[in-house]
Amino acid sequence: MLNELTAHEIHDLIVAKKISVFEVTEAILERIEAVGEKVNAYLSVMGEEALREAKKIDAAIAGGREVAPLTGIPIAIKDNMCLRGAATTCSSKILDNFRPPYDATVVDKLRQERAVFIGKTNMDEFAMGSSTENSRSGITHNPWDLSTVPGGSSGGSAAAVAAGETIMALGSDTGGSIRQPASFCGVVGMKPTYGLVSRYGLVAFASSLDQIGPLTKDVTDAAYLMNALCGHDRKDSTSVNREVPDYPQALVNDVKGLKIGIPREYFGEGIDREVRETVERTIRLLSKLGAKIKETSLPHTEYAVATYYLIATAEASSNLARYDGVQYGYRVGKQESLSGNSTIDMYEQTRAEGFGDEVKRRIMLGTYGLSAGYYEAYYLRAQKVRTLIKQDFDRAFEEFDCLLTPTAPTAAFKIGEKMDDPLQMYLSDIFTISVNLAGIPALAIPGGFTGGGLPIGLQLIAKPFAEETLFRIAYTYEQNTDYHKRKCNL
Amino acid sequence: MKISKDDVKQVARLARLRLTEEEKEKFGKQLNQILAYVEKLNELNIENVEPTSHVVPLTNVLRKDEVKPSLSEEEALANAPERKGKYFKVPKIIE
Repeated sequence: MLNELTAHEIHDLIVAKKISVFEVTEAILERIEAVGEKVNAYLSVMGEEALREAKKIDAAIAGGREVAPLTGIPIAIKDNMCLRGAATTCSSKILDNFRPPYDATVVDKLRQERAVFIGKTNMDEFAMGSSTENSRSGITHNPWDLSTVPGGSSGGSAAAVAAGETIMALGSDTGGSIRQPASFCGVVGMKPTYGLVSRYGLVAFASSLDQIGPLTKDVTDAAYLMNALCGHDRKDSTSVNREVPDYPQALVNDVKGLKIGIPREYFGEGIDREVRETVERTIRLLSKLGAKIKETSLPHTEYAVATYYLIATAEASSNLARYDGVQYGYRVGKQESLSGNSTIDMYEQTRAEGFGDEVKRRIMLGTYGLSAGYYEAYYLRAQKVRTLIKQDFDRAFEEFDCLLTPTAPTAAFKIGEKMDDPLQMYLSDIFTISVNLAGIPALAIPGGFTGGGLPIGLQLIAKPFAEETLFRIAYTYEQNTDYHKRKCNL
Repeated sequence: MKISKDDVKQVARLARLRLTEEEKEKFGKQLNQILAYVEKLNELNIENVEPTSHVVPLTNVLRKDEVKPSLSEEEALANAPERKGKYFKVPKIIE
């Protein structure tokens, strides 16, 4: 089945002229037809456009056009990234029918490589959530067990990759929104160093934390996708201007002499036994392969969730002020129904009807934390603790090349389990959040399974711009295990 | 209780969110739970710690003030919930 292959396998077959891009695209669309309803990974599927584009690419290849690594590869886009002319809703009513008149930079880059866009994937509204349950378009189900969540907020993208409904996908990660769903769905997900990938055309949630990154079936695909995504962009003033390495060159099966730290704070209360055992097994394997592994400490870890929820909500309350029903998106019904018949009434009612509960909650928390009299006690304090969290990592990376942790404290939880308790939901991001606060890169890879057959994820963390170290260790791990090859039984 | 019902009302007003009485009750309770949790940060001594607002050193990005291709009026207005000619239409502001 073509839809079960990785991007690099498909690339080789296209180059060898053994398959056409059209056949690959068709296989993906058939798979979506077969399992789409069960998983609900997509908000929209662009079937006809994808097939039309596939035919064009086949013709270009027949005409001698060079086949780039992502040429003809089906890719799904999280619904918070703008794709010109295609509905981009962030799973929110307030962006009902919004069709961006421009492409996000990452979309533009993929167009240049001639990847094939399959559709837009489900997510927690405005990327606020850890389970993809906060979507106005319904819940996405984890393909490994339909009664569990796929994680979030990039749950649609992770589930689509795991279910074979795309070959690769883009997600965005503000506090773990690529890595935690990758972990729950048994796929590879990377949060790049802040500034490495342009955020132009990514609908902003928390601008100092948001980063776009890949969700793929293996580490090799992630490296090729990163090659396509990275690079300086004049349209994003936080985009970093530095040379981008050729990531696939880092795919070396050798970890001898690399120093890996195990932060003890990641193994405390709340971590599942099977998750802990998975990391312990990984430590033994990597030691056997020649890595030097030692315990270390990130003493401010326990403050990360509190810090994050003050900073992220403050930034969100400001970013989401733009949804006022004036220039785009949803506007409350008829003018006549407005009680006071004024613009303020229009704003208030539009936002009341347009946003879901979690988004309202976060706007409220963020507004409170920034308001006069509370700014110093909350927002400013959180920014100072952010410094302490970042310094923990700086110190650790003086000694270690990489840190190894679980990606999440548990495997996928049941649908509905944490919906009535926002704080418990927030705490499921406890191992991923510090990385965003520190702006450093991290890679989530499949590391094993629970007794019940649910994937367990590992997380590798490195210093800024050391993505290559992550790829090297993850690739070596992959060459010596087969967890990434297992398929869910849908 | 950190946040009273009046605080909830005030914050909702600042955030331009119209909440029902039920929502005020519910969000008030949840916000109090979350604020009680973030009290944790008071355990730390943050004297002499510089705040981090951005992890990468940011400088102003300047460019020449030149005319470049941008969205056409039609494209810019295409998503407007309501428009009148070349304008976004909103409810009356001044009587």
